[in-house]
Amino acid sequence: MSRLVAVAALGYVLSVGAAAAQEADSVSLFEAPGEPSATSPIDQAVFARLDREGIQPSRLCSDSVFVRRAFLDLLGTLPTPEEVEAFLADASPDKRSRLIDRLLDREEFADYWALRWCDVLRVKSEFPINLWPNAVQAYHQWIRAAVRQNMPYDQFVRLILTSSGSNFRVPQVNFYRAVQGREPSALAKAVALTFMGDRMESWPKDRRDGMAVFFSRIGYKGTIEWKEEIVLFDRATTPTARAVLPDGTTTALDPEADPRDVFADWLIAAENPWFARCAVNRLWFWLMGRGLIHEPDDVRPDNPPSHPDVLRYLEKEFIAARYDVRHVLRLIMNSSTYQLSAVPRSDSLRAAELFGCCNVARLDAEVLIDALCRVTGTTEEYSSPIPEPFTWVPKDKRSIELPDGSITSAFLEVFGRPTRDSGMVGERNNAPTAAQQLHLLNSGHVRTKIERGETLRRLQGIARTDPEKAAATLYLTVLSRRPTAEELGILKSYTGDKRSKKDVYPLVDMMWALINSTEFQYRH
Amino acid sequence: MADNRKTGRLSGSRPSGISRRAFLKASAAAAASSLLVPRGLASVLSAAPAAAPAAAKAGKARAVIQIWMWGGPAHMDTFDPKPGTGNDYTGPFDAPIPTNVDGIMVGQMLPLLAKQADKYAILRSMTHGINGHETAAYMVQTGRRPGGRIVYPGVGAVVSYFKGYNAGYTGLIPPYIVLTTLQGRFSEAGFLGARYKPFATGGDPNRTPFAVEGVVAAGITQERQQSRRELLGKLDSFARAMSGSNRFEPLQKARDQAYDLILGDAGKVFDLSGEPSELRDKYGRHTFGQSCLMARRLVEAGVPYVTINYTGWDSHKQHFQEMRRKLPQMDSGMATLLEDLSSRGLLDSTIVWWGGEFGRTPKVQWEAPWNGGRGHYGTVFSTVLAGGGFQGGRVVGASDERAETVKERPIYPCDVIASIYTQLGIDVDARLPHPMGEDVRVMEPDAARDGKIELLKEIM
Repeated sequence: MSRLVAVAALGYVLSVGAAAAQEADSVSLFEAPGEPSATSPIDQAVFARLDREGIQPSRLCSDSVFVRRAFLDLLGTLPTPEEVEAFLADASPDKRSRLIDRLLDREEFADYWALRWCDVLRVKSEFPINLWPNAVQAYHQWIRAAVRQNMPYDQFVRLILTSSGSNFRVPQVNFYRAVQGREPSALAKAVALTFMGDRMESWPKDRRDGMAVFFSRIGYKGTIEWKEEIVLFDRATTPTARAVLPDGTTTALDPEADPRDVFADWLIAAENPWFARCAVNRLWFWLMGRGLIHEPDDVRPDNPPSHPDVLRYLEKEFIAARYDVRHVLRLIMNSSTYQLSAVPRSDSLRAAELFGCCNVARLDAEVLIDALCRVTGTTEEYSSPIPEPFTWVPKDKRSIELPDGSITSAFLEVFGRPTRDSGMVGERNNAPTAAQQLHLLNSGHVRTKIERGETLRRLQGIARTDPEKAAATLYLTVLSRRPTAEELGILKSYTGDKRSKKDVYPLVDMMWALINSTEFQYRH
Repeated sequence: MADNRKTGRLSGSRPSGISRRAFLKASAAAAASSLLVPRGLASVLSAAPAAAPAAAKAGKARAVIQIWMWGGPAHMDTFDPKPGTGNDYTGPFDAPIPTNVDGIMVGQMLPLLAKQADKYAILRSMTHGINGHETAAYMVQTGRRPGGRIVYPGVGAVVSYFKGYNAGYTGLIPPYIVLTTLQGRFSEAGFLGARYKPFATGGDPNRTPFAVEGVVAAGITQERQQSRRELLGKLDSFARAMSGSNRFEPLQKARDQAYDLILGDAGKVFDLSGEPSELRDKYGRHTFGQSCLMARRLVEAGVPYVTINYTGWDSHKQHFQEMRRKLPQMDSGMATLLEDLSSRGLLDSTIVWWGGEFGRTPKVQWEAPWNGGRGHYGTVFSTVLAGGGFQGGRVVGASDERAETVKERPIYPCDVIASIYTQLGIDVDARLPHPMGEDVRVMEPDAARDGKIELLKEIM
């Protein structure tokens, strides 16, 4: 009964408040007025190209879009209503730049970007990548720590490629265990794909064989500890005198030296044409939704970059900054190109391809379930009875923190979590399906979250005394912005099912509608 | 409950979240294309439409019901009893029973299945030698040994590829259904990808209503569904701002399909309340029994592949107590399914495939902590095939006197799967689309199989 009273009151107050809210005519609430200006070498190259193609770039995104986008891209996490309000209230001109700096220092940044690297590095406990749970935990922790400390990327890769030791104690050796085949050619393929973005399948045979030599002396040895395995330079193997580097150079190998070191020296040299390019292109892909070379793990002569000058600029910066990943992320995110709105101002289908507008993409499976939990005030539980030892994930752990890509979850499966079988970026599938829509529109899972979650109880409480505040809180919670006058009007007039009083659940339905909006489900 | 979903989506109503102009444009395009393409989910479930496979022709079978015995059922206590081997082998189940086919005996806990033996063939010499759940499950469902860089698709995904949306299937119900939860632990679609993954119903068909996750929402009236949908359309300001872009067209299509299932008639297939009460009793008023009934309804509605993920067969401890509880349920559900399919004329075109990832150790572990348990056993085990062109009343292969090794005619998972594909009209030599262009055939011989697949010619 009190709920019905609150709802009636909501209608009254909203009609009063509506007149006060305002909306600019020509610019949607997702855009900032004015034309975007080229503030960085990235913008100069991107805008010049758009100009040549006759494509008008989108406007810059509005502050509320920016705060949400930056949180999602760096933290895989929605901003809280308080964080949104604080950002919107900040009047300083460099607030976007300062927000980026603050977000890079947060723990969730390490969580989310570790998740991305774990996709590439194939971190899963079983089948067909048989790392097993203990090694998964160790490997994930090592990767997360590297992200958190902003370990220089060249050092990160060198440690992965050249280390020897126990999979529990020297976790990065799991790289050579997280492969579907342990023969030298399979290891070489994994290395080329991961750190050169190159698919060896298309190489000539002598080049493939020559590269495999570098990985032909890796040994694996069990210990008495269950599922422990030592990865090592196996001196008992027959040394091969000559190996061929991917650039065609033949290299003489010292039979006493680990050939992995020779390869790593070549790979992470500043003049190596693959190394920095692959890395900055991946970083660009993760922020922009599309690689300068696309797919980012399909580097080959007949797949040229869309903006070679941008790629060169980022490579140079990356190397000059001693492989500082955050430096590159800052360069990209502070550009106008990154900050463009998704709302297109050009009919050209190529606008998105050429970064003339923001590439919208459905939230990653893990980010989406975390967002659902956040906005409804609920949690998820994960467990895997196999393989042993059993894995139980505490309730307060978020999905972006899950180390194991094979933990059981129907939701993550349906929403396109990558299998981490191959490490290819194409494994993550954010394309919409009917099954996903059924789940979001009508599943008991989402319904329970809405109806039993903490947020609804809180909103009902607020609505009793201040219905407009309830509406604003709902919008800030789910969409990271305040409602417009028009939206307040729509909420005011919504009464649910008129014929059955028992079925009037306006707040539930309102939250349901916002959760099912494209604005919530997409990163934009 | 069924009343609430009586009427479908109002024709001509504008889908939510799309501008009027864009809708009119899309409607015109749809009107033009609908002359050529039947209404269906084709190209909607995935952004990238796959090429239509050419390798499927009409076979004897049209559909498969896979009863997946997750955990590994004991072959000795079900379809390969060994009376007279003593308490250390038979435990209390030492009195197998005759069936309606002369010379074929089954376990004493399966009296109803004994009366249907003329409808199924028992393969008693299955082998792969693997005793780990994941590896064995992968092997039995893909026909391949793990290792190597390729993750192969399970049978359901392959059938879905050849018989689903890119092969003319236009049903709203997805072509590969799992009752009720995913088998999990490895990707059932392998390299074929998300488009061929199964739709897991969730819920429990033994409850009313069977709350198929996303399709059936108990207590939400059709009016409320409609008014919520309208609210969503009005509140989706971002979609409106983006109306100049075609970015959300795939989403809109997916959403429309979802609503067709939520509000339309197609979802009624999940409503078991119209089935005669006696028939439901006969299947058994438990999750497995009603899942069998559900599977029959889905096949009747044209779904080509249904898996019943029947869990709880990993009976390491107190095996016999557990079997006394579980086998009667399996017996009533599966026996009634065979009888019902047969009486409706569906058995000729529907393969029923029963089996788990392996069998269980013939020798009983009486000692603590097992207290009469059976362990994993991949050396020899049993599988059952019925319908879809497979001859019933037959036994293929044999295990030795204690069901410990293959005595004659070893059968590998690749043989069973290739035989199923053949009955479905799927060419086992056809290529599957691998994302990196690897040459992968529908089925290849197991390494242990001396380089050839041996189809189950005896029963085909």
